[in-house]
Amino acid sequence: MKYVVQEGSHSVAEAVSLCRPGVIAAFPITPQTHIVEKLAEFVANGDLDAEFVNVESEHSALSLIAGAEACGIRTFTATSSQGLALMHEVLHATSGMRLPTVMVVANRALSAPLNIWNDHSDSMAQRDTSWLQFYAESVQEAVDLTIQSYRVAESKDVMLPAMVCMDGYVLTHTYESVLIPDQAMVDEFLPPFEPEYRLDPEEPMTFGVYALPSDYMEFKWEQQKAMENAKRHIMRINREYRKMFGRAYGNGMVELYNMDDAEVAIVAMGSICGTIKEAVDEMKDVGLVRIRTYRPFPVEELRDVLRDVEIVAVVDRAFSYGYEGPVFSEIKSALYVLRNRPIVCNFIVGLGGRDTRVEDVFRLVKRAKESAGGEVIWLNLKA
Amino acid sequence: MNKLSTYAEITWCPGCGNFGILNAVKKVFSELDTKKLVMVTGIGCHGKIADYINVNSFYTIHGRTPATATGIKLGNPELTVVGFAGDGDAYGEGLEHLLFAAKRNIDITMVIHNNRVYGLTTGQFTPTSPAGFKGKSTPRGSPEEPFNPLLLAFCAGATFIARCYSAKSKNLASVLREAINHRGFSFVDVLQPCYTFFNTYDFYNERVYELEDHNPSDREEAEKRIKEWNYDSDGRIPIGIFYRESKPTFDELVLKGLNPSKREARFNVKCFLDRMI
Repeated sequence: MKYVVQEGSHSVAEAVSLCRPGVIAAFPITPQTHIVEKLAEFVANGDLDAEFVNVESEHSALSLIAGAEACGIRTFTATSSQGLALMHEVLHATSGMRLPTVMVVANRALSAPLNIWNDHSDSMAQRDTSWLQFYAESVQEAVDLTIQSYRVAESKDVMLPAMVCMDGYVLTHTYESVLIPDQAMVDEFLPPFEPEYRLDPEEPMTFGVYALPSDYMEFKWEQQKAMENAKRHIMRINREYRKMFGRAYGNGMVELYNMDDAEVAIVAMGSICGTIKEAVDEMKDVGLVRIRTYRPFPVEELRDVLRDVEIVAVVDRAFSYGYEGPVFSEIKSALYVLRNRPIVCNFIVGLGGRDTRVEDVFRLVKRAKESAGGEVIWLNLKA
Repeated sequence: MNKLSTYAEITWCPGCGNFGILNAVKKVFSELDTKKLVMVTGIGCHGKIADYINVNSFYTIHGRTPATATGIKLGNPELTVVGFAGDGDAYGEGLEHLLFAAKRNIDITMVIHNNRVYGLTTGQFTPTSPAGFKGKSTPRGSPEEPFNPLLLAFCAGATFIARCYSAKSKNLASVLREAINHRGFSFVDVLQPCYTFFNTYDFYNERVYELEDHNPSDREEAEKRIKEWNYDSDGRIPIGIFYRESKPTFDELVLKGLNPSKREARFNVKCFLDRMI
């Protein structure tokens, strides 16, 4: 294990390299580019034994990855924003064919207007593609999640692809000191990829066959069962990771911060949680529930922890136009079955990279305490 | 000339080939009715040109310039539509749009800022980077041969095909003027050095020469001249108009004199079908 201070993208590239992918394909897009550039360098220097393919678009990148993965090769790609949007149809195909690749998404706003800064609009729009979705708070967590994600995705009763979401610039371009695990330990933690089914000339088979109405629903039901199975693996792998590398993040699904006697719970995802923790430290009765695994959704954990609070303030870094923040909708839906429900309100913050500071969190809590419930508040709009 | 300038600060690197393109475009635009001009740009360093010229503009998404420009022309055929795209943009993920615009012979002009590198994402290989190109994503050199985009446009059916060099401004302006005046799909590949990530000034200065005694209406001759340089490191590089032919345009064939942006309520399915059948 070694401590390094380097750009977040480079730390994540090292984590990917430790997982020994055999094929990497990517297309440059800000703020993701440094991750794959570093991997290209590893391959060129002979430090990583992989094929690195520069493709003509993100749509091609993921299509190529799907092909390689179907041959039983561990693969990797990374993208952002428009690149992820362009991948959309292939996202469905990859999960539907049960190809457990791992992709890092350097979260960035979607056009128009053109914007290269951070929010969660890109990955939130891919919520229903049947990919596992994780959100990192720090570069260290992005490193750890990358390694863990291959384990979860490749579990025999999961076999679904995974997105590791890390906030663009805030994490990708920040120099943070991180612990990079040793290769030998990662090799022990993450055995070689041995899928049950692969394209093999000795034993031919078809991926992505035509399914008639008589069969299609069962394929989809299997995907949902796999998502449910993933929860168990995420929690187990989070524990195993702690044993081996000394770090764990909540129970793997959610992380609780100062929630023991909290009356107000802030629910959030990603790097903004670092700022929220700073603010929470200075307030009484306020805690943070950080959603680390967004798909599968941690519905049981959220019910357990939120049933005892008075107010739930949900922070969204994306928006479902015509309604409200996507995380807010899901929190409300999770809480609906409870007999005594807390007051819930929604804060839309930091779209297109607008800064959110500790003082903003104080204001957010103040507004939440005044809330009658159900409000959707866009924080820090210019007058 | 000044009336076409904007308050936007130009953020291209000093020495960028885009300055030559900007000046030539402004010169040609200033001769036209700017109220009837629309610029369409893609994503990349070239896209900023929309901010620097005070005419109607539409910043589309990566690679889609020819498709959006086609839509604008069909929406209002009175407009002069000039698309700008980069090589990563038009020859990469937007290649199909470029080829189909050429195939349809829609009356638009496409100007490609071909610096043969991804400049905005700081120096990766593109579809026209030479074989062996060493960039950040290809540290050991690219194993791929580049496209010859002129040949692609030629095969797809473009009716006006030209190549320019951003440092030969007089030639660039005169070719752009002809491209915009041409009725049908005009394709202009502009060699544009990226001073920061792929400085090709010396390379082009040594090799570029203007086509003379060339008959652009001779298809066989045009093909020969197009193949004279294949975006590799050999030989001399002709610039100028390689090919030109007159053919009915897509907008003429489809719209038959109709201007959808001016149509009145009496336009209905029946009169549309009458026209089409």
